[in-house]
Amino acid sequence: MSAADFTKLAELFPDETVTHSYVQDIALPAAHGKPSPGIFALVTLDNGLDHSKPTTLGPNTLVELGTVLEGLRERAARGEIVGVGVTGKPYYLVAGADLSAVKSLDNREHGLWMAQLGHDVYATLANLGVPSFAFINGVALGGGLEIALQSTYRTVSTGAGALALPEAFIGLVPGWGGVYILPRLIGPENAVQVMIENPLSNNRTLNGPQAFKLGIADAMFEPADFLEQSLAWAAEVISGDVVPERSNAVDPSLPGTADRWTAAVAAGRAFVEGKTSNASPAPAKVLDILEANRTMTQAESAALECETLAGLMQTDEFRATVYAFLDLVQKRSKRPAGAPDRKLARPVTKVGVVGAGLMASQLALLFARQLKVPVVMTDIDQARVDKGVGYVHSEVDKLLGKKRISQDAANRTKALVTGSVSKEAFADADFVIEAVFEELNVKKQVFAEVEAIVSSDCILATNTSSLSVTAMAEDLKQPERLVGFHFFNPVAVMPLLEIVRAPKTDDAVLATAFELAKGLKKTGVLVKDAAAFVVNRILLRLMGEVTAAFDEGTPAEVADSALRPMGLPMTPFTLGAMVGLPVAQHVQESLHTAFGDRFSVSANLQKLIDNGITSLWVPSSGGSQEIPESTLSLMSFGTSPSTGEEVLRRTQDALAEEIGLMLDEGVVAGAEDIDLCMILGAGWPMFLGGITPYLDRTGASERVNGKRFLAPGIASRA
Amino acid sequence: MSQARHSGEHSSGSPRTVRDVVFVDGVRTPFGRAGEKGIYAGTRADDLMVKCIRELLRRNPSLPAERIDEVAVAATTQTGDQGLTLGRTAALLAGLPRTVPGFAIDRMCAGAMTAVTTTASGIGFGAYDVVIAGGVEHMGNHPMGSGADPNPRFMSERLVDPAALNMGNTAENLHDRFPAITKERTDAYAVSSQDKLAAAYGKGQIQPDLVPVATLKPEQGWTLNSVDEPPRPGTTLEDLAALRTPFRAHGRVTAGNAAGLNDGATAAVLASSDAAAELGLPVKMRLVSYAYAGVEPEVMGIGPVPATEKALKNAGLGIDDIGLFEINEAFAVQVLSFLDHFGISDDDPRVNRYGGAIAVGHPLASSGVRLMNQLARQFEEDPSVRYGITTMCIGLGMGATVIWENPHHPGYGTATGSGPESVTEGAAA
Repeated sequence: MSAADFTKLAELFPDETVTHSYVQDIALPAAHGKPSPGIFALVTLDNGLDHSKPTTLGPNTLVELGTVLEGLRERAARGEIVGVGVTGKPYYLVAGADLSAVKSLDNREHGLWMAQLGHDVYATLANLGVPSFAFINGVALGGGLEIALQSTYRTVSTGAGALALPEAFIGLVPGWGGVYILPRLIGPENAVQVMIENPLSNNRTLNGPQAFKLGIADAMFEPADFLEQSLAWAAEVISGDVVPERSNAVDPSLPGTADRWTAAVAAGRAFVEGKTSNASPAPAKVLDILEANRTMTQAESAALECETLAGLMQTDEFRATVYAFLDLVQKRSKRPAGAPDRKLARPVTKVGVVGAGLMASQLALLFARQLKVPVVMTDIDQARVDKGVGYVHSEVDKLLGKKRISQDAANRTKALVTGSVSKEAFADADFVIEAVFEELNVKKQVFAEVEAIVSSDCILATNTSSLSVTAMAEDLKQPERLVGFHFFNPVAVMPLLEIVRAPKTDDAVLATAFELAKGLKKTGVLVKDAAAFVVNRILLRLMGEVTAAFDEGTPAEVADSALRPMGLPMTPFTLGAMVGLPVAQHVQESLHTAFGDRFSVSANLQKLIDNGITSLWVPSSGGSQEIPESTLSLMSFGTSPSTGEEVLRRTQDALAEEIGLMLDEGVVAGAEDIDLCMILGAGWPMFLGGITPYLDRTGASERVNGKRFLAPGIASRA
Repeated sequence: MSQARHSGEHSSGSPRTVRDVVFVDGVRTPFGRAGEKGIYAGTRADDLMVKCIRELLRRNPSLPAERIDEVAVAATTQTGDQGLTLGRTAALLAGLPRTVPGFAIDRMCAGAMTAVTTTASGIGFGAYDVVIAGGVEHMGNHPMGSGADPNPRFMSERLVDPAALNMGNTAENLHDRFPAITKERTDAYAVSSQDKLAAAYGKGQIQPDLVPVATLKPEQGWTLNSVDEPPRPGTTLEDLAALRTPFRAHGRVTAGNAAGLNDGATAAVLASSDAAAELGLPVKMRLVSYAYAGVEPEVMGIGPVPATEKALKNAGLGIDDIGLFEINEAFAVQVLSFLDHFGISDDDPRVNRYGGAIAVGHPLASSGVRLMNQLARQFEEDPSVRYGITTMCIGLGMGATVIWENPHHPGYGTATGSGPESVTEGAAA
């Protein structure tokens, strides 16, 4: 076949932003006084756009690249060229398959063509009749890195970042040869790390030196003259002066390899189970192909890869991931729905934090590190203040110890954070946030005191998770200056910030809040002042359903494992223990007050709290976990147990109901914001699309609300 | 640190020994034609400089980067990609240790030459052991005189004829002063410059100095530039006769008998002879003397004459001691005025053996080191020559000359004229 045979696929994408394949003939530099080894054809992948528009591989792009490579194969046969190189525009080799295009392939046949097109083009690259070289100058993801893997030799820039095979994360497999070549090039254990562990660890990527160390590249050069040195190296390879060593390479036919291979696959499967509960099909498929292809030819593996890709492209897990990753995390998070014009934002040059407890201290550290403005913490006595400031200083020292920051940066951050027992210290602050006890009257008292001291422009913010921001603003002289600023634990890690608009909050205050969120490197989502906002309301509705099933008599292991098919980061009971049972119960009570019996308060849970029990599960002697008899004896249970399926369905329905109500109430601008919040605030998986695509595809939305949250095609097949 | 520096520290006020300065190595980028179609359109000037610095370090692996005491980089227009203290920014961009300082320097066409002599003086004085000196001019990004704001007093007080700010006019003026230099002679000289460069390329005498530079052009992709773009080999007298004389109707100066508008960068490593020995660095030339001289701005091309006379005097040498001349060819008339003054024939084999700027190009502030690179290679090829000069004319009426000694000459190191043991007082006279 030739790339031109796929023109009918390319024609489905008339609007593709094509990454062109430009060829330049280069007389290779002569080494050591020898004559030049000959003419080298260098292909540059370039979409003609600046660095903010990554180059991608769509059908038209691949047809063009394939056609160009076929031309070079003919030139090689005629003896006109001695080698072929592929490199990219600045900062990119190529960022990978055009996911928007792939996502829109609703016909399995078309998906198969796409998979076969990639293989056809890359097979040409791998069989030019002369050596091929990839010069990895920058980002190389998925099909981008596979171009490099399919080349005979590779160089990488020390300045390159984002080198990865993220397909398992996206919902696909590295099926343009990566899954076949990588284990042979760097060993099956390393290949599992790159193809499974990294994608499933927040989509971690490799930089140039890491890729070189693994053996993905044969040589590494600095960015200042990366291409020149890569070409000089290619000349030496072609003339035989340099023979790259591949110390991690593995020949699967050699004795002993089978055991290594099997062990690596098994380790990968355990990792996938731990990370996803196998709720998404893609990671296991990667390992299936890896396991099978040890004894396969490359062509046999390619056929399996194409079939697998074609199947996965039609899964809703893949569609939901692309929606979550591209539409939400990469796009919507940068343009928050409902945020006022950023020009209205006021500068924040000093921050006040009321309270010096753990939450307040985490906030002080975050503000000082990210905004680099003075932060003053207050509390009722010097001991508390000293403890809070001491916490920040010790955290800074930890960062210094880990060499995450320099000594100068540590000095600067420590100097920025001070403490006081007097709120007078807030007099020149532009933004004061409280993190005191979750009690409305306490917070109102705090704000009354602060408002008496600060300037009329100073913004007041509350980190409440369960109280009414509207009520908190009621007695303020300037209620328009109060905004909710709800962080998630641990503050330094979780990327979500729920920005709560109370009825009187004005646009300048809100605009400042969104700019602050950006300055803090958080994603701000605008939410209405409704009890528990978004993430906690959904989490507690979920935990409430599972707890209720447990209270009704469902065995704990059945209730707590019922949601495994969702692949959530932890089970409901584990989550409750992590949040802290009293905190969970407190928020649940607030939600019960606000919304009634949809949020049932568990008497059993209260008994545990009353008895100082912090977790239902405790580790058992056998390494698993169990609920001790002493804990069980505190509680009383009903006589109507549910099956796991029933608990799952009940929870799906409850979530569909709750989210439907939240959208009706206008808590957020749309279902997309619910999904964004659950991904960034609760770590819910992208293959659920956050949550509403999952509720749509399981039918819960239709069952409960009579309609889907998202139209077909947005996060699912059209 | 050297003995000399210590003795200076301990006995301030007493005469100090001048340390010998040697030219260790020099490289340059291929030169390009300035303008949108040129090979370096879309490429930054500082990046060109960086390629040269990195190549010098690669070619001299025994030179630890932290031993470089200074990076002096010349550019005529010091704004944009040639701004921000080029020597320092180029050092940082090249990945030199942050402990290595740098500065920018300007003497128009003699920028790189001045970078060399200034840092060489620092070596002689004992302030540096090893330096990098060079120059860059991207005349596509920075057309000659762009952004300049000449003081109106030049005109109102007739300090300088306004026409003297245009180099082509000064070349026509030089023809007026020396009627014996005809257009026929300058065109013939230009043809020979092209021929000599083509021959040198054919013998591989130019290529070793070049650092290949990769460039990216829209809708063309990356390519590698490893040869000069300006040369027009095969140029004939008839070709040149047909060219316009843009500076004066029925004039004599054309694009064919002058250097073009070009982009390029050069850099060299200089060291004290002690440091070169300590670090195992090659010695390609020894600095004998240098001089700069001012002339009437209206005939700036005559500048090399008094500069050379001064440099010869400093060195205690005569013109007959000079076995090789690398003279920058801003204009053929300017070269011929120099040759006529010293009684050297137009086709003297000692002069510009590899051709000159008329063929290879003249990215203003970079050219000085190109002359030195070529003289160094000719020294190596011809051990019978003991002394050579690099010389060039400079806008606003100046000339620059540096005299070098060939280490391959059998008499190298023995005292003739200015020997290695010369003393500052004598040299400055």
